[in-house]
Amino acid sequence: MAARHKSVETKFMEDRSHVLESLKRLDRRSFLKVAGAAAGAVLAKGLMPPHSFQLVEVANAAVTKSFETQGESGNRPFRFAYLSDSHLYERTINQRFIRGAVKAVEDINALDPQPDFVLFGGDLAQLGRRAELEMGRQILAELKAPVKMMVGEHDWFLDLGESWQDLFGPPNYSFDWKGVHFVTLMSVHEKDFWTARHMTPEERMNTVAGLDNPIQSRFEVGTAEREWLKKDLAKVSPSTPLVIFSHSPLYKYYRNWNFWTEDADQVQAILKPYRHVTVIHGHTHQMLFNQIGNISFYGMLSTAWPWPYAPTGLPALTVQMNRADPFDQLDGLGDGNLQVRADGLVDKVYNLWDRNPISVKADYLTSHGKIDRPPAPQFASY
Amino acid sequence: MHPNRLLSILTLSAAAIIGLAFTIPFHARAQQSTVPQSVPTSSEQVVHHNVPASTDGGTVIMLCDGKTSIEVKGLKAGEPMSHAQAIAVTHELMDKWRRENPGEKWEMAQENQPESAASAAANAPVSAAHSAKSPPPTRKIQQGDTYASFTDRDYKIWQTETDKFVAEGKTIFHSSKLLGSTIGVSCDMCHPDAANTHPETYPKYQVQLQRVALLRDMIDWCIENPVKGKTLSPDDEKLRALEAYILAQRKGVPLDYGKH
Ligand code: HEC
Repeated sequence: MAARHKSVETKFMEDRSHVLESLKRLDRRSFLKVAGAAAGAVLAKGLMPPHSFQLVEVANAAVTKSFETQGESGNRPFRFAYLSDSHLYERTINQRFIRGAVKAVEDINALDPQPDFVLFGGDLAQLGRRAELEMGRQILAELKAPVKMMVGEHDWFLDLGESWQDLFGPPNYSFDWKGVHFVTLMSVHEKDFWTARHMTPEERMNTVAGLDNPIQSRFEVGTAEREWLKKDLAKVSPSTPLVIFSHSPLYKYYRNWNFWTEDADQVQAILKPYRHVTVIHGHTHQMLFNQIGNISFYGMLSTAWPWPYAPTGLPALTVQMNRADPFDQLDGLGDGNLQVRADGLVDKVYNLWDRNPISVKADYLTSHGKIDRPPAPQFASY
Repeated sequence: MHPNRLLSILTLSAAAIIGLAFTIPFHARAQQSTVPQSVPTSSEQVVHHNVPASTDGGTVIMLCDGKTSIEVKGLKAGEPMSHAQAIAVTHELMDKWRRENPGEKWEMAQENQPESAASAAANAPVSAAHSAKSPPPTRKIQQGDTYASFTDRDYKIWQTETDKFVAEGKTIFHSSKLLGSTIGVSCDMCHPDAANTHPETYPKYQVQLQRVALLRDMIDWCIENPVKGKTLSPDDEKLRALEAYILAQRKGVPLDYGKH
């Protein structure tokens, strides 16, 4: 198993995060000295000229200090990590996507201290096959921290969730952790488009797997699960921070590619009474964030392939990631980690492979872009 | 062409068509209502200019309209003309074309630069299916020129043919099998609706290819990697159809060669 054999990329990223971690532990005076050395090391490794990442990370260091103090309601700050959208084919068909998933596992295992848990953001499999899901489970089993599973449409539409639930349990559930209430949703239900068309399970799966295939229905949480959510939240006080995991974005970004949740408005209404709500979603394979009322939204990166920004509907607060380099298999991909602050808001780090990591502060979103703006892209989509 | 050779090509292409038809995956079949299932023919007959024979041993030169021709006296086949003679011959050809097409206006490209439509162009990609925008010329406006003699029906047929070709490209773009992928990967997985393929920016220098690339070079590169299939030759029907589909998704976007 590849966890015992480290890829070049992983070794490189380890070196880099080591430098960054040591930077955080420095006082001001020694900072400049080491920052210079770090820049030299980074240059020697052929990375882009040093710019944002040292500064961004040092800014983080200040925040990290305040994490260590106790939160207002006695909540303790903590960190969790994610990997998402690995789209695994069976080993005999495609190894590239497997390498991506394994690399993310290595990344997360190298975090020190370890995250409290790891979210898998959905679309473990490419075509919902049992063998794909089982291999995915094997890869995720290498993670040192406990794993929270979420389902995606690629996992579901071959057998309507039979294998996935068999392997991982119910797709929607909630739990409490260090003062935060977490809810994982199954948000990729689709209205039946297959029966009337006499589709086989494979045809149904392949239709859903085609992002721009217009035959399929739009994603939804659905009436039954919205009722379940209401009931689940009935016992949670409005001052308790909420973090919601959802594969689809839980807002309306771009309908044609199902960057979209049909009943997003109803779900948002259920979350409205809560002071701090953070939605972490998969499916869109890009740096993506949004703020709607009290709700902050973050899209996760994929470990398989990046997706272009949709031609319309991109939230104004999103700072695009640079367009991916088609000549670099890992570019535009990555994993990430999330720092839950004592007040329940969530700071997020996009750990973009082969690039400098990018931090997106909760304050950037809750201030509607007034402070902490992440660095602008050099190559935006057009 | 020798009749036997023609026959064997026809047989071969029929085999190719059948072969492809078998490999259309259920994915493509599921899309039946949007994508016509015709399959690229790899040897559709290419039409050539039907140049009249020379009457007194010179060389017959024909215009791009496939009709207007003159004979250059004393010019042997394969013999180059002097620059001055070439200019004289092209002028003579154009004069003849003007005489035969009174009322037809010859427009200079430079005088015809489109207004900058950059802002409009940034909008959503246009779907592949659209009918000819400008209405066919009617006899009331101009008479006698070649294009005015075509009817609405002709335009519809051409548009249908074009859309069919684009749809073939769409099928290939969405099918790892037709692309010859050895790893189950198709273009749409990373380029829904051909997004981020930017055909309007070609030709442009691609450092990794170490040359000025045309769209087809980049398509071929992507077929080889990440799709991991075999590259297609520039006149391969599949490559032509892919190019057609990709371009059709960017209708209305101004050409901007060299952009990165
Ligand atoms: C695994 C993902 C992936 C697959 C599969 C893929 N591409 Fe790409 N392709 C990319 C990325 C990423 C880029 C860079 C996009 C950008 O510049 O924004 C790109 C760039 C391109 C470009 C150049 C865009 C430009 O701005 O110059 C073309 C053309 C292209 N792809 C065509 C294709 C075709 C045709 C296929 C199928 C044969 C294909 N791609 C398959 C990821 C992919």
